[in-house]
Amino acid sequence: MTVELNYRQAISRALADELEADPTVVLIGEDVGAAGGAFKATAGLFEQFGPMRVRDTPISEQAIVGAALGAALMGMRPVAEIMFADFAGVCFDQIANQLAKYRYMTGGQARVPVTVRMANGAGAGFAAQHSQPVENWFLNIPGLKIAVPATPADLYGLLRSAIRDDNPVLVFEHKNLFAVKGSLGEGDGMVPLGVADVIRSGRDVTIVATQQMRYRALEAAERLHGGGIEAEVIDPRTLVPFDDATVTKSIERTSRLVVVQEAPVDGSWGASLIARMVTQNWTLFDAPPALVAADATPIPFAAALEAQWLPTVERIVRTVEETVAS
Amino acid sequence: MLDDVWTPSQDVQPVLPSSGDPSTAVVPAEWRYLLASMWRIRYFEDVVKSLFVRGLLRGSTHLYQGQEAVAVGVCSELQEGDTAACTYRGHGVVLAMGSPVDRSFAEILGRAGGLCGGKGGSMHLTDFSVGAIGSNAIVGGHLPIVVGAAYAAQYLRTGAVSVAFFGDGATNIGSFHESLNLASVWKLPAIFVVENNHYGEYSPLTTTTPVTRLADRAASYAMPGVYVDGNDVAAVQSVTREAIERARAGLGPTLIEADTYRQEGHSRSDSAAYRPPGELDAWLEQDPIIRLEKSVLREGLADEDVLAELRQGVHDEVHDGEERALSWPEPELETRFADVYA
Repeated sequence: MTVELNYRQAISRALADELEADPTVVLIGEDVGAAGGAFKATAGLFEQFGPMRVRDTPISEQAIVGAALGAALMGMRPVAEIMFADFAGVCFDQIANQLAKYRYMTGGQARVPVTVRMANGAGAGFAAQHSQPVENWFLNIPGLKIAVPATPADLYGLLRSAIRDDNPVLVFEHKNLFAVKGSLGEGDGMVPLGVADVIRSGRDVTIVATQQMRYRALEAAERLHGGGIEAEVIDPRTLVPFDDATVTKSIERTSRLVVVQEAPVDGSWGASLIARMVTQNWTLFDAPPALVAADATPIPFAAALEAQWLPTVERIVRTVEETVAS
Repeated sequence: MLDDVWTPSQDVQPVLPSSGDPSTAVVPAEWRYLLASMWRIRYFEDVVKSLFVRGLLRGSTHLYQGQEAVAVGVCSELQEGDTAACTYRGHGVVLAMGSPVDRSFAEILGRAGGLCGGKGGSMHLTDFSVGAIGSNAIVGGHLPIVVGAAYAAQYLRTGAVSVAFFGDGATNIGSFHESLNLASVWKLPAIFVVENNHYGEYSPLTTTTPVTRLADRAASYAMPGVYVDGNDVAAVQSVTREAIERARAGLGPTLIEADTYRQEGHSRSDSAAYRPPGELDAWLEQDPIIRLEKSVLREGLADEDVLAELRQGVHDEVHDGEERALSWPEPELETRFADVYA
């Protein structure tokens, strides 16, 4: 039986299914319980599972992430919510120095099955401290896994996989996608961490994009199709681990790569991907790879300014045309 | 212009021990165990210092001499299943929890047989098998983790308590306040032990902290704040027992301030030249190990020969552990890729 649901509902459904399946799973965070979440992404869970398993916390991000870590060390499988991903700055130590390193620096004694959910991304008018592409902050910290789902089905499946994973997984929920609709098919709906999805086939160019940019890349691909360019579009779905093999396989056919990301260039997943592809697959390329990225500025508030900060469909189309022409 | 502008005071007064009587008030029945545990830590740290002087250790280390009664007093009250996390000055707590001397040395030496396979080192001694769930090198970083361990105990109904050991300096960092607040509002079985050794790295507490009784900070979090002479192992045991009873009864956390003194500098590069004259000598008079020995003699529970024999036994045990650790190999190079992910 197919279930129709939106991105927001996929969150609560995945959480409910894991809370149901495993009594050591708990959800903690600011307003996740009685209030149902700042984005209503956890609505109904408090009523269904009670205050011991869906627990409201003070506004204390360090304590939230640290408590999830400590509970995980003692055999639980906690899910911590950081309301806006930007607040990861407040608990950077707990994520970067504690969660990511606990297993390694104890020589493998610790198991750290912690999922940290964060609402991420720009485009909704939240300004500079509530809109950042925070997933990029954590790329250079071995020990973390990073999921960036774009569709309800991917969010549902990746969140369940994250909760079942014995490593810390950061799950970024894009807050401009909450209303996106989709469906869950037969089966458990699990999506493994580290497997990309080829969402459009094409022979001329490979476009890699995540979350909000996935939709713009698809729209660009449709326009390019009108101009006779067939783009293959790949959504990696997780940044760590990254499914390099699927991208490489695509470039073997297309010989051209355009990465689209909602983030400035430096220290980003797109820049890293291009570096890996160029250094490992130099001879496959017929043109220099391109990175369609956001401006290297804080994210502005005004609608017109924010719209310019984000890569537009027009910029993607133009960049692909240039790449294919060269 | 204001002419009474505040400026930081350069006049640092010596911090003297609060106890005038250089003995412990009570001699616990298990005094042999307590004395051996404290000597084990003392000799262990003396060896660590010597290994550094001999150029056999890398990085840094933070020694625990003078604070033994805190670790031993608290940990001797814990049961199987209870957990403790501590700071980068953590050798004492991990040994007091029961970690083997040889594997602890081996970790500090970066050997394959170390507690963490040589991946952690001096600042990260960890031994889950005895409940020592981590030594943390970020000031205050482990307090939220202890809160989480206590949360698990509450949720899983294990009856366990979790203890965080930290320094006076940590009471000025945000995670301290977040942790005490959350532990209190959730009534968690956590015990926060601030080892007030009066120096945050090189800075005297009075220059960084507006309150003199750190236990007073508990009031903001509606939990008991208990001050104890941290060089009196029996007194530390006593306040710990009360905190544990309270925690296991579901009444929530306690903050214990153990007043003690760091006999060495902050780290291996620090000669502690900033100490006012007379301060160290006054505290050496109040050495926690000597105090318990004096009390044992006073009560006639043993004579000097018996104490000397006990000391010798622990001394030999520690030096045997050092020899073993030094004989163990370095980690295989491939192990560096293990344990990044489960």
